[in-house]
Amino acid sequence: MESEQLYHRGYCRNSYNSIASASSDEELLDGAGAVMDFHTTEDDNLLDGDAASPGSNYVMSNGGGAPSSTTHLLDFLEEPIPGVGTYDDFHTIDWVREKCKDRERHRKINSKKKESAWEFTKSLYDAWSGWLVVTLTGLASGALAGLIDIAADWLNDLKEGVCLSAMWFNHEQCCWTSNETTFAERDKCPQWKSWAELILGQAEGPGSYIMNYFMYIYWALSFAFLAVCLVKVFAPYACGSGIPEIKTILSGFIIRGYLGKWTLLIKTITLVLAVASGLSLGKEGPLVHVACCCGNIFSYLFPKYSKNEAKKREVLSAASAAGVSVAFGAPIGGVLFSLEEVSYYFPLKTLWRSFFAALVAAFVLRSINPFGNSRLVLFYVEYHTPWYLFELIPFILLGVFGGLWGAFFIRANIAWCRRRKSTRFGKYPVLEVIFVAAITAVVAFPNPYTRQNTSELIKELFTDCGPLESSQLCQYRSQMNGSKAFTDNPNRPAGPGVYAAMWQLCLALIFKIIMTIFTFGLKVMPHRCADAPFAPHVFSPTPTPLPCFCRPQVPSGLFIPSMAIGAIAGRIVGIAVEQLAYYHHDWFLFREWCEVGADCITPGLYAMVGAAACLGGVTRMTVSLVVIVFELTGGLEYIVPLMAAVMTSKWVGDAFGREGIYEAHIRLNGYPFLDAKEEFTHVTLAREVMRPRRSDPPLAVLTQDDLTVEELQSTINETSYNGFPVIVSKESQRLVGFALRRDINIAIENARRKQEGIMLNSRVYFTQHAPTLPADSPRPLKLRSILDMSPFTVTDHTPMEIVVDIFRKMGLRQCLVTHNGNVLGIITKKNILEHLEELKQHKEPLIDDI
Amino acid sequence: PTVPLKMKSVFLLEAFSVACFVLLNQVTAKNSEDIRCKCICPPYRDIEGQIYKQNVSLKDCNCLHVVEPMPVDGKDVEAYCLRCECKYEERSSGTIKVTIIMYLSILGLLLLYMVYLTLLEPILKRRLFGHSQLIQNDDDVGDQQPFANAHNVLSHSHSRPNMLNKVEHAQQRWRRQVQEQRKSVFDRHVVLS
Repeated sequence: MESEQLYHRGYCRNSYNSIASASSDEELLDGAGAVMDFHTTEDDNLLDGDAASPGSNYVMSNGGGAPSSTTHLLDFLEEPIPGVGTYDDFHTIDWVREKCKDRERHRKINSKKKESAWEFTKSLYDAWSGWLVVTLTGLASGALAGLIDIAADWLNDLKEGVCLSAMWFNHEQCCWTSNETTFAERDKCPQWKSWAELILGQAEGPGSYIMNYFMYIYWALSFAFLAVCLVKVFAPYACGSGIPEIKTILSGFIIRGYLGKWTLLIKTITLVLAVASGLSLGKEGPLVHVACCCGNIFSYLFPKYSKNEAKKREVLSAASAAGVSVAFGAPIGGVLFSLEEVSYYFPLKTLWRSFFAALVAAFVLRSINPFGNSRLVLFYVEYHTPWYLFELIPFILLGVFGGLWGAFFIRANIAWCRRRKSTRFGKYPVLEVIFVAAITAVVAFPNPYTRQNTSELIKELFTDCGPLESSQLCQYRSQMNGSKAFTDNPNRPAGPGVYAAMWQLCLALIFKIIMTIFTFGLKVMPHRCADAPFAPHVFSPTPTPLPCFCRPQVPSGLFIPSMAIGAIAGRIVGIAVEQLAYYHHDWFLFREWCEVGADCITPGLYAMVGAAACLGGVTRMTVSLVVIVFELTGGLEYIVPLMAAVMTSKWVGDAFGREGIYEAHIRLNGYPFLDAKEEFTHVTLAREVMRPRRSDPPLAVLTQDDLTVEELQSTINETSYNGFPVIVSKESQRLVGFALRRDINIAIENARRKQEGIMLNSRVYFTQHAPTLPADSPRPLKLRSILDMSPFTVTDHTPMEIVVDIFRKMGLRQCLVTHNGNVLGIITKKNILEHLEELKQHKEPLIDDI
Repeated sequence: PTVPLKMKSVFLLEAFSVACFVLLNQVTAKNSEDIRCKCICPPYRDIEGQIYKQNVSLKDCNCLHVVEPMPVDGKDVEAYCLRCECKYEERSSGTIKVTIIMYLSILGLLLLYMVYLTLLEPILKRRLFGHSQLIQNDDDVGDQQPFANAHNVLSHSHSRPNMLNKVEHAQQRWRRQVQEQRKSVFDRHVVLS
């Protein structure tokens, strides 16, 4: 059949363009089968997501259940077309539609529930599936966090030496029972051998130092190399922190494969390598990504979540709470983080589920006990000393520092990111990572504060000086009659060790600041960005200039480096204040509170406040951050200093630029993220934003009953729009409804497969009843089931602030603009983002300047 | 509700590993090597600072039980012990061992597979399908058509869907997906409505 063949080929080309049209809704996030194969069938794997059965060479862009040739025409018309209502890769979901779908499903289950015991069980299962999925997510993320903690600790110590008696122990565990009783030998034990001891046979001397130095660099480089290779070969999406993308996904964007199985596996494995390689990055942000991968994978098990993108995002919100819960050992902080920072749609039900997921995850991690201190994080500290009112001044100063650092970091990082485009270095991501790792290792080794793991550094800085402390930071000269070192007397004059520690800390601070910017600036600015101004395969209402990903090629988190910088600064300030109080105890400030012999200044607390301030400056979190840090210390009395510092840091940071690092990266990557925090203050009208603009060709519309299949297809193929308004007729442009491109494609293909007699010249109608046709015409095709009869419309004089509000609050994907009931144009989420960007930058268009 | 087979297996795998972790932790926590009480005593008079470690239970974790031999005589014991700080710690060496071994084996497998994918397979492909297709392959990495052809040749030559073919096919699909990801990460990224 000639026409059939033609038809077939025409469709092939079309569906080839839309790369992702071949996947079922279950796989929208996961992406198994995201790319279609034109030579083998995939239709039977689309619903169950199983491996495709080879053999048939039948092309199908979207399948359904097993197609049976005996399907009656009427049955087909009644049943919904499978695949309709799913989304392409890099598309935005329609929250309203998804929520309606879920309510519909819920009603169906509820009405059936009284019919039989089986139906009742099913309804119970359905009701419980939300809790089940968050439980599973919590279990998995807790277990994975434990694995990452243990493995990263071990691998990190591998850079310095190895435990001979039990290879799998890190330094601390290796010396668990050793009997070195003096302070001088506390870090030495016979089982633990440094590389110099193993290779050269001597533990001291310049030779062994050089040997250790060399081995340190060698291991750091090999870890970094392995990490970047694994990421590049197996799962490129595993790179970066993941939080900007998760924020975007939660706001309703689809990135297939971003939360899939391979991403989870590779992220877990390479995160350990990246942390151990000594690069200036942490595991906290990526743990959120790992937890979200778990949430996504487990949501496949429950049709309630796998089939509905909006519901799936509720699970992901809970998962991100679980991720922070295990990253910081702060379950409540995790819930608040999810609420404040990442989530877009956060109903009360999700709050409870997040709470539960965070609880389960924290419980699992606690029972694994990765650090051997019965805590969830390495740098858990407890203070018992009070703070005094005058200390608010240094705390606020720390807040100012944090805000300045945050603003500086965001600017420098983004600027570096953009600059990379012009350098040739960005074309070699592997080399670049190796290079940064090499510099980090070479510079880090000589300074004891940068050589150690960043988490350990933070722990040391947070911890107060006590008899348990042997670090240089605590070598105070004692006033007590002639005894050599540690006494219980607070506010002692600093000994030489403290002064040495001070300048080392200053150097470490500078080093950390520079390396963090560049580690986060390990960006790839691919050469093809410049070559290809438009993506040919993308269907959007307007051709989109290409933004490029800009991020490190290894999993990397921002929390820990930022906290380290703040902790160093805080500790320095703390010791300075302490010494000030000691030498000038007759000042009126100190006279009142710091009596001689009383505990007055706690430098560790300053470190903690500084860490919170810096983290706040970079991420612009407030409530969740204070709660996280409060859960780290377990002391309610430090809430006020923390709040003061974090709030100051946010104010100072906001003075230089309102967006946090995640928003900045979202904008840089050009994700369609409509920030609910920003206010829309301009006085534009809907008609100024809508497409088509005055100079553009008129809006592509479909008429409700006088198109043929061929015309419909040519309309679809000639344009690149994602959806088409359906109007009554060309003469009267009255709106009937809205049909999505993907749904039309699916429906036509489905009809061609199932219904006989659908030819190229078949009539397509969206009305309830078929139009009257000449007797010899082929059978018409009814597409009413894919027509959205209730599209959102605004009139052309609606102020944009209302439109933006509607988009934010309802989570719309597009909105039609009418005038006297006639369709004038369309506003999509992307149009709004472009408009916002234009207003902000006073230049066009959205992502040209990257 | 029918849970697809693959999902089921993934679920089982995950559940299994989680269960492993929890169980293992429960089983191995009782190991007597895994608890310690660590007392750190600062210098006192002319006695150097000392660190004592003993394998005692939580309730015995105090200076009197742990510090042996007591460096000071009777009347000073109380003063000395007041300055010591004792901390009870426990770990589970079994969990650590299993975790590290598991991690290393997964890492090793991944590395092997990576080496296979990047080094060995191109050589095998060249021997199987001749030179012409390889040129195509090198020509355009983004276009997966040559791979698909190669796969078709493979599957049609055997003609029956056996396990190997299925694995091969799944691998092809996965590889295309990674190519797609690589393209979006390294080469382009797209914003949509």
